[in-house]
Amino acid sequence: MLTKRIIPCLDVRAGLVTKGIAFRENVDIGDPVAMARKYYEEGADEIVFYDIAASSDRRDILIDVVDRVAREIFIPYSVGGGIRTFEDMRRVLLAGAEKVSVNSAAVRNPQVIAQGARAFGSQCVVLSMDVKRVERSEKIPSGYEIVINGGRTPMGMDAIQWAMRGEDLGAGELVVNSIDADGTRDGYEVTLTRIMADTLGIPVIASGGAGIPEHLYEVFTEGHADAAIIASMIHYNTYTIPGIKQYLADRGVPIRKVPMMQ
Amino acid sequence: MIAIIDYRAGNLPSVERAVRHLGYEAEITSDPKRIAAAERVIFPGVGAAGAAMESLRDLKLVEVLRRDVFEAGKHLLAICIGIQIIFEYSEEDDTNCLGLLPGQVRKFRGPDIDGKLKVPQIGWNQVFQKQVHPIFRGIPDGSEFYFVNSFHPVPDSSDIVIGETEYGYRFASAVAQDNLVATQFHLEKSGPVGLKMFSNFLACGRA
Repeated sequence: MLTKRIIPCLDVRAGLVTKGIAFRENVDIGDPVAMARKYYEEGADEIVFYDIAASSDRRDILIDVVDRVAREIFIPYSVGGGIRTFEDMRRVLLAGAEKVSVNSAAVRNPQVIAQGARAFGSQCVVLSMDVKRVERSEKIPSGYEIVINGGRTPMGMDAIQWAMRGEDLGAGELVVNSIDADGTRDGYEVTLTRIMADTLGIPVIASGGAGIPEHLYEVFTEGHADAAIIASMIHYNTYTIPGIKQYLADRGVPIRKVPMMQ
Repeated sequence: MIAIIDYRAGNLPSVERAVRHLGYEAEITSDPKRIAAAERVIFPGVGAAGAAMESLRDLKLVEVLRRDVFEAGKHLLAICIGIQIIFEYSEEDDTNCLGLLPGQVRKFRGPDIDGKLKVPQIGWNQVFQKQVHPIFRGIPDGSEFYFVNSFHPVPDSSDIVIGETEYGYRFASAVAQDNLVATQFHLEKSGPVGLKMFSNFLACGRA
């Protein structure tokens, strides 16, 4: 049986891992390569690197991180943040990432999804979206709006419609990050995740809000998520990946066993 | 020498990194002479069957793989699109493949899949060992490996099936015959168990 994936997210800024609350006041935590290796050894199913201060001059630092990670961890990992062009995608994939995730750039230029999928295959292209709950309207019938620039800029686009468009353009997976839940540790946006998972034919990865293992249980069962991103709940050693996996396995969620071998 | 066949199929560097991590040197090559001279050959890849066969034909590697690698009895490891290309025919792009093994490649479909499971399957799924095989040495039965696939092999004979996986139904996720071993899952992305299987392949037949 296909297992539910647990995906630690490492927010990287200037080569260091950070995790902030609602995208503000970021604090440095540690070396991304060392943290990736630790999570790999503890049984992470995949790792996401998110370059939060993505500007072109910093991009080389990120590429160096990607390259170093590729030599040490042998599970899939994706890189996102500031991926604007086909060329950005190519560099990250060549450096060793399995997948590349596009967010704001895809909203501005949806064809970047199609270009990436054609050149590298859909399995390489993850569409990531930041979503905010709003009043239902003619423009936003679902009541979930796409926002960009770390949540600061509302786009007047319906999140469900955008997700379907992204799938049609060739995205292989979808990360749904709730701006309302992100950093709160109060739980994922379960309703939004379930609508996405039930509507789309590609895997849906829930993001934003994980604080306790029960939140993962909720989003996998009620939310129908295929995978869930976690960050602060493990970065500060409040919980461990083996502990979270044990909690979920005990409650009947199909989980990859943490390998006990060299 | 270990040859990793370069047929523009992507993910070759991850396979090379895994081999190097295990302490072996590998050469990524599309040179028929280098491949024919190799002690063992890895045939990796992601992508579509049609494009993969076209590249192999362009690079004049079809006969090399059949005669100089498979029939010559070299240790051959085929991964992901590799396991599909070694059969006779793939539904993907209606493609005639290498035909090293009798059987076909079909898309996931059926009452337990349509509308219930997503295709491609993406993620970690269990491999149940159907035969004792040196490639599984030290690997617990039912270990999870990383899959990304919409299609899967349907061998004519179950005798060559060494591993099975459940996705709507049981399908052959690992096959072996003589010195050939092939897996639908990505060994290079399957963590410690994947590396262990790589290491078993690289060690097999060595004194």
